[in-house]
Amino acid sequence: MKPLHFKHALSDISNNRLLNIVSIITIAFSVIITSSIILFFTNTTSILNIWKKGVKVMVYLSPEVSNEDINEIQKKILGMYGVKDIAFISKEEALKVLKQQMKRQSSLLDNLKENPLPDAFEIHLIESSEVWEKIESLVSQVESIPKVEEVEYGQKWLARFSGIVYIFKLSGYALGILFFIASVFIVANMVRLVLYARRDEIEIMRLVGASDRFIKTPFYIECIIQGAVGGIIGLLLLFLVFSSFTSNVDQGITSDLINIKFFSFTSLSAILICSMFIGWFGCFMSLKNYMKT
Amino acid sequence: MSNGNNENNLIRMFHVYRRYGNKTALVDINIDIKKNEFIYITGPSGAGKTTLLKLLYLGEPISEGQIIIDGVNLARIKKNKIPLLRRKFGIIFQEFKLIPTKNVFENVALVLEAAGKQSRYIQKKVSSMLRAVGMEDRQNSFPLSLSGGEQQRVAIARAMAGDPKIILADEPTGSLDDDSAEQVIELIKEFHARGSTIIITTHDTKLIKKTGGRMIHLKQGRLWSPSNQH
Ligand SMILES: Nc1ncnc2c1ncn2[C@@H]1O[C@H](COP(=O)(O)OP(=O)(O)OP(=O)(O)O)[C@@H](O)[C@H]1O
Ligand SMILES: [Mg+2]
Repeated sequence: MKPLHFKHALSDISNNRLLNIVSIITIAFSVIITSSIILFFTNTTSILNIWKKGVKVMVYLSPEVSNEDINEIQKKILGMYGVKDIAFISKEEALKVLKQQMKRQSSLLDNLKENPLPDAFEIHLIESSEVWEKIESLVSQVESIPKVEEVEYGQKWLARFSGIVYIFKLSGYALGILFFIASVFIVANMVRLVLYARRDEIEIMRLVGASDRFIKTPFYIECIIQGAVGGIIGLLLLFLVFSSFTSNVDQGITSDLINIKFFSFTSLSAILICSMFIGWFGCFMSLKNYMKT
Repeated sequence: MSNGNNENNLIRMFHVYRRYGNKTALVDINIDIKKNEFIYITGPSGAGKTTLLKLLYLGEPISEGQIIIDGVNLARIKKNKIPLLRRKFGIIFQEFKLIPTKNVFENVALVLEAAGKQSRYIQKKVSSMLRAVGMEDRQNSFPLSLSGGEQQRVAIARAMAGDPKIILADEPTGSLDDDSAEQVIELIKEFHARGSTIIITTHDTKLIKKTGGRMIHLKQGRLWSPSNQH
């Protein structure tokens, strides 16, 4: 790639401004759509993860459970997928805690002949969304252990929400791929139009001894520039929308727990490289057919 | 080469045909052209002069027969070697074939850029070629703003810029007045003197008388010579 090819690419761009603008707008549009999908998911999953940290699963045991049973159940649960650690809370301990919490009314409990509370386990889960998508199966597994009476986990809705996010995520991927294909297709067709407009010129270049590579290189540069410009415009627009959105929401929700973030530098560069790739690929698709003739 | 005589032949054509559907534009053409020859191809309109030149630079495929240029058989040339073949030629097209979106300077520079020349060399060479055809003042003009004669001169500058081994000129003086025509012929003669092989198609018999050179006459796609007459 020589400065010469850049010169030719730039003069091609200024000679075919309209087609270039269409390509750039297309790429910018798909970058906006796919990036906002990505942005939505990275933020929702990180919010979910923060909430999940505080979540524990309580397992209540039946009254006639023996000490051996307790040990066995503990081992079984520890071996299950997604369990980080497990703590045993005896009914005596539970009662003590309850008494402390009730303070003044604790005398009510003094009259009890028998401790009405069950022995229990407190399960802490590994902090990962994967585990969360499978929490329901974990719960039913634990429930099926003999001598386990009840399993409770606080934010049941959180698990359901995780499921919805998962479905959203799949459709997000699909949408992203769709936009990628659509923009490659549109860029390819724009290149085809430029090739058609310049077919005489290309024929002349060939007749005076230009190689295919000499003819093609400026096109590739042109398309990669389109990709880069489209990507930058898309990301800038997205950032503007994003920052006006977060500054509005700021006072309401944002706290230490929920921290909505824009892309990191690495993600920004990755998106930009993708958009340049769209340009390159669109160019490749149409030149491949054209140069055969 | 098996035959020692053939080594001087830069271009050899054996039983060459060119057909367009039912129409045969060239019939059984056999021509040998030696290095540094000065050749005129004459004949009435539609005789096949332009077609003959097109076959040489592979502007069109050969329907039948063989053409060998500088030891390369055109029927067997690899696609990626075609640009190299074409850089041996300086071609002045009958309809000029200038690129309308590039200015005069860029049109001429293109040949040198395609051949991979350094930009400093290109600057110098293009300027001197434009000076030689008297177009140095118009280097920023676009082809469509030029007269036919001016376009032809730019086309000539472009054809000569690459210091070609072989100059193919299709009616190079067709749209020029006598003075400009003379200048162009002088320029071509200069290249001839430096060793280039020249092939010119023309109707202009005055021109032939002035410069001399071998004449090849075409009639309805066939080689025609007095001995063929009955
Ligand atoms: N692409 C084509 N398709 C069909 N017929 C063609 C084509 N190109 C040339 N011909 C025919 O081949 C014949 C030779 O054409 P050519 O252009 O070589 O003539 P010419 O000798 O250069 O004529 P002129 O002096 O007018 O330039 C003509 O009868 C022409 O109609
Ligand atoms: Mg002709």
